[in-house]
Amino acid sequence: MRVSEKVIEGLLWLAAVITILITAGIIWVLLSESISFFRVVSLAEFLTEKEWTPLFADKKFGIMPLVAGTLLTTGVAIAVALPIGLTIAVYLNEYAHATLKQVVKPLLEVLATIPTVVYGFFALTVVTPFLQQFIPSLAGFNALSAGIVMGIMIIPMISSLSEDAISSVPRSLREAAYGMGSTRLQTSFGVMVPAASSGIIVSVILAISRAVGETMIVAVAAGQQPRLTLNPLVPIETITTYIVQVSLGDVPQGSLEYKTIFAAGITLFVFTFALNNLSFWIKKKYQEKYD
Amino acid sequence: MTNSDINRLKDKAFQVFGIFCTFIGLVVLAVFLFDIIAEGIARIDWDFLTSLPSRRASRAGILTAWVGTLWILVLTTIIAFPLGVAAGVYLEEYGKKNKMANFLEINIANLAGVPSIIYGLLGLEVFVRQMRLGGSLLAGALTLSLLILPIIIVTTREAIKAVPRSIRDGSYALGASKWQTVWNQVLPASFGGILTGIILALSRAVGEAAPLIVIGALAYVPFTPSTPMDEFTVLPIQIFNWTSRPQEAFLTNAAAAIIILLIITFLLNGIAVYLRNKQQKKVKW
Repeated sequence: MRVSEKVIEGLLWLAAVITILITAGIIWVLLSESISFFRVVSLAEFLTEKEWTPLFADKKFGIMPLVAGTLLTTGVAIAVALPIGLTIAVYLNEYAHATLKQVVKPLLEVLATIPTVVYGFFALTVVTPFLQQFIPSLAGFNALSAGIVMGIMIIPMISSLSEDAISSVPRSLREAAYGMGSTRLQTSFGVMVPAASSGIIVSVILAISRAVGETMIVAVAAGQQPRLTLNPLVPIETITTYIVQVSLGDVPQGSLEYKTIFAAGITLFVFTFALNNLSFWIKKKYQEKYD
Repeated sequence: MTNSDINRLKDKAFQVFGIFCTFIGLVVLAVFLFDIIAEGIARIDWDFLTSLPSRRASRAGILTAWVGTLWILVLTTIIAFPLGVAAGVYLEEYGKKNKMANFLEINIANLAGVPSIIYGLLGLEVFVRQMRLGGSLLAGALTLSLLILPIIIVTTREAIKAVPRSIRDGSYALGASKWQTVWNQVLPASFGGILTGIILALSRAVGEAAPLIVIGALAYVPFTPSTPMDEFTVLPIQIFNWTSRPQEAFLTNAAAAIIILLIITFLLNGIAVYLRNKQQKKVKW
């Protein structure tokens, strides 16, 4: 009896430890392939070269154009999702009727369940032609449409996490604000939002991390032209799109071109890892402020 | 106007803006669904569902894609379900509250935030190359299992946490061992919640294209897979492939395939929400 209990506990433990092996595996894979990449291409070139052309005859290995493309689509997405998401959070918390909140929240969550390749289709075939009516210089592939659609996708992420943060602010703070004669708007942005700021910041950081790693929307709608620019109207390429582009082609395994996807991958991993841990740190540091 | 009139006006203005923001997402969603249905619904017929891919848009179908998606769903469930639940049970019931538990928890939260395409790179190196599985269904299912494992673990833990202490104490008082308590009391009591989590995780896996493209799943597979070692494609990859072609007819195909993919995704999510509501109504501790 006691032996079988121990065996079962051991098996369950193994399942839990696999999660550590996954992390170790990710780091090992990214590092080992990148290290052999950096034996050929210096880290200095990787970080300072202004062109990324590993698939051309004249090869240049500067990651910056891909980073710029990634930050550009992410920036557009956050510019869309933050104001809308935060307004929704405040509105549902302070203005809306409880029944409306109950109906709207799950409906907004639907936005997060739609596969991202479907959003890509939407960006390419609906949003870009629509925007071209107002911005004639907008290219068929561009960071703007991809970013806007990505922003719509992450609205529920910001709105629901921020809403949780705002609704966990103690009632007494809100009542004190109303007692002083504040309007709902003043109460929201003068008291509730500042009091919930750590939770709101966490939601935004997680949204940024999600946008940085998003692949299919940008692969479909943002183009495949690495370009060091902040102009959202022209085709660009993100880190994730580059990995997809190489995976779709027939680059021989083990070649330098093949290793570039791991170098791009580790760059992406460093960004998201830093963002995620920043969010944990903020959450841990500030969450019990009002208990 | 006095100051307080102005403040009241601002308050009203924000209310209107709030309504606008709340509904803009939903309106975009509605426009989008309408657009997809208008473009694709006429293309869906029996032939579309049962035809192999083709260079000619009018003859191309999604047979290999949806069969591949189904295979991936089943294999991923077989791999990720026992692993995820076992890990969740260990962390919640057996794990001691020490540094190791803390580390495991942070690690799982971190894994949940790793972009899916990075899992693709992991799968490419470990499953496709080291284990020599190639761009097979098994390699794809293993990769997606790792991707959804954190979601399953987190929801399993939450479901188990909701089972009250008294249930366990009652079981121990009757002389049950730890595992007997977990197996006969805790798991049945939390099964609804665990199932909900798994279905939500699967609906995520169904929509993934990026990691499968990286491990080498192909857009053009001329036959339906019959064993886990066969090459495959899935609906999202087929949609991606058709969307990236310039001809209008392929976009229509993509829209039609999107309708099928959305039906599968919404169906899975619907089942999950239904189970969760049923569970919440049934169980009153």
